Amino acid sequence: MTDLQTFRQQTRDWLEENCPPSMRKPVKGGEGMCWGGRNFTFESKEQQQWMERMGAKGWTAPDWPTEYGGGGLDKAQHKILREEMSRINARSPLDSFGIWMIGPALLKFGSEALKQQHLPPIVRGEIRWCQGYSEPGAGSDLAGLQSKGEDRGDHFIANGQKVWTSYGDKADWMFCLLRTDSEAKKQMGISLVLFDMLTPGVTPKPIKLISGSSPFCETFLDDVRVEKDQVVGEINQGWTIAKYLLTHEREMIGGMGMSEAGAETMSQTASRVLGVEQGRMNNPMLRAEVAKWEIDGACFALTAERVTDEVKSGSGVGATSAMLKYYGTELNKRRFETLLKINGSDGMIWDGEAAINGWLPRTWLRTKGNSIEGGTSEVQLNVIAKNILGLG
Amino acid sequence: MALVLNEEQQMLKESAQGFLAEFAPLAELRKQRDAGSQTGYADNLWSQMVDMGWAAILVPEAYGGLGFGHVGMGQIVEQSGRTLTASPLFATAILGVTAINSAGNEAQKSELLGAIARGEITTALAIDEKIHHAPTQISMTATKREGGYVLNGAKRFVADGSTADKLIVAARTGGEPGDMTGISLFVVDRTATGIGVDRTVMTDTRNYAEISFNNVEVAESGLLGAEGYGFNALNATLDAGNIYLAAELLGIAQETFDVTLQYLKERKQFGVLIGSFQALQHRAAHWWSEVELCKSVVLKALQSIDEGDDKSPALASIAKAKLCEIAELATNEAIQMHGGIGMTDEYDIGFFIKRARSAQIMFGDNSYHTDRFALLSGY
Repeated sequence: MTDLQTFRQQTRDWLEENCPPSMRKPVKGGEGMCWGGRNFTFESKEQQQWMERMGAKGWTAPDWPTEYGGGGLDKAQHKILREEMSRINARSPLDSFGIWMIGPALLKFGSEALKQQHLPPIVRGEIRWCQGYSEPGAGSDLAGLQSKGEDRGDHFIANGQKVWTSYGDKADWMFCLLRTDSEAKKQMGISLVLFDMLTPGVTPKPIKLISGSSPFCETFLDDVRVEKDQVVGEINQGWTIAKYLLTHEREMIGGMGMSEAGAETMSQTASRVLGVEQGRMNNPMLRAEVAKWEIDGACFALTAERVTDEVKSGSGVGATSAMLKYYGTELNKRRFETLLKINGSDGMIWDGEAAINGWLPRTWLRTKGNSIEGGTSEVQLNVIAKNILGLG
Repeated sequence: MALVLNEEQQMLKESAQGFLAEFAPLAELRKQRDAGSQTGYADNLWSQMVDMGWAAILVPEAYGGLGFGHVGMGQIVEQSGRTLTASPLFATAILGVTAINSAGNEAQKSELLGAIARGEITTALAIDEKIHHAPTQISMTATKREGGYVLNGAKRFVADGSTADKLIVAARTGGEPGDMTGISLFVVDRTATGIGVDRTVMTDTRNYAEISFNNVEVAESGLLGAEGYGFNALNATLDAGNIYLAAELLGIAQETFDVTLQYLKERKQFGVLIGSFQALQHRAAHWWSEVELCKSVVLKALQSIDEGDDKSPALASIAKAKLCEIAELATNEAIQMHGGIGMTDEYDIGFFIKRARSAQIMFGDNSYHTDRFALLSGY
């Protein structure tokens, strides 16, 4: 056996032994996702076991270096792990802004001390992170942010208001953009800082969305003390890192919700709900809509695959994250509009066991935010036009 | 297989780009059209392509070909979409080779495939009888007689039908229109007694024909594959054909985009470049995004034929449906963003919309393939 075959066999055996049966079912609409952190309530003992076992192996962050608690896997091994997990429909053991966003930024831009301090607890699911980027007056125009960090020697005193802080009321630490030089040009006076949400003066307040849920907060900062050793990269040079993180966020949002392992495809749902007679789905107009969506969905999935393959072979054009974010979120919105039509009046049921507590209408409404958060579709089109097409 | 070209495929793409730009640029198409050319391409173009080995790319090595594969051939066809090059490549080196290789016996393969690879014969595939593509609805008959068959019926929209040496014809030896069984494939000489060929002048100025068969006698040796079971080979040929049409449409979508983007960076109105207007920037960015999706699905579909992937039929329909949609978007946006000049015959951009619609319609348009994809997916 080659090394990779051995690795595959060992991975398969280990997952077989360590992935609890209840963790081999798809999550539905956020129910059953595991976020970890100091305040998290596990849905079951098995969910906690799954996170802890994977975390101990570093497989919650499979490609991070082992010295920071990661799995240290190379690309081929990482792919095998993904395949073996998907083979048994294993859930993601830990969903984490630490792993998706601030972790990669720390690996790239952080000091050794910051990496040592923050990365291992992220891998183990002990600390949950949130992002403090947008402000009431700085949405699409993010660099117009006004929250200030006043220099007090070895620390800053932060004042201002953040908005759209994902799970700000449940998170343990925030990575936050502050204006630390108000004299400098817009993009030049911004720093990326880290602080504990328990620091005096930090007040998150949940925002209720049209979907009924409150995944976001507005977060008030009143004289919050931020240590200077918690600045990522150089002081006043945070915009570069912020842009890097936005790229990550785009990729994450763009790929979201396209296919949950083991979940029903759109045409399966439509066939089940509308019925199929003599090989054809009842309702030809909806059949056409479903087919068009699945064609676009297949083309989009192939594009994500091609972009990855091109990066691996070094022939990529780069800067495609804006396209994937734009297309992926628009596609996801279309998907839920079609699912809603398929389900008729059932799709409007907001509460009740039979309708999985309004999973469909709530998720449908939540998708409307996909093309707003992380940069609106219009901003992505601007990025494509300017950076890729060279239109001024 | 990774969704990238290997080095040899990349080289073929570049050499095709160079060759077509030099010997078969868009100006050549204009010249052929204005001269009312019978073939639609310059007299020596095909022999040059044969010399380049292009007629032999899909022919297996056992029959004197290169066996280079579909991804490679797809690169040539994609480039030919950029230059709108007409040639026997599609009807002969792709459709003819695929049909004969899928259905033919050893004798037919070694005779016909070798002759194609050497550039000695050209072929045309005669399928459609009505104005909409519907291969199961074939009603043309092939009646068995001592030592062979007699063909009666009519075909239309036959690419290269007025010039090809051999016609590959689908006709019924049994069953009713709508049945998949009972369809057989035949190879007949275009000049056989009882065949009437009408060259149709069509929007893309390529060479198509309406062909009538009036008691045309075919010897037993002209039957391609088993009697009554030609539909699988026909399907494989049509799948390949549609994937290559998608590849050509990808070339068209990219070329119209590149030309239009350049125009947005040159044309001034209100004292500024029109490319500075956000209304046009967003449309260009959307168009570009769609072309990115098209590149992925065409490459995947080409790979699927090389790999004998059983998803190939579905991928053929996905690719054709998507490329029909985006070729329509691309050619319409190209004219609109060019404004008045885009409406003039003198400017090249109008040639693309004419060729695109023909390629879209051939072997099933967007609605046909969207429906076929659903059917193949069980709904």
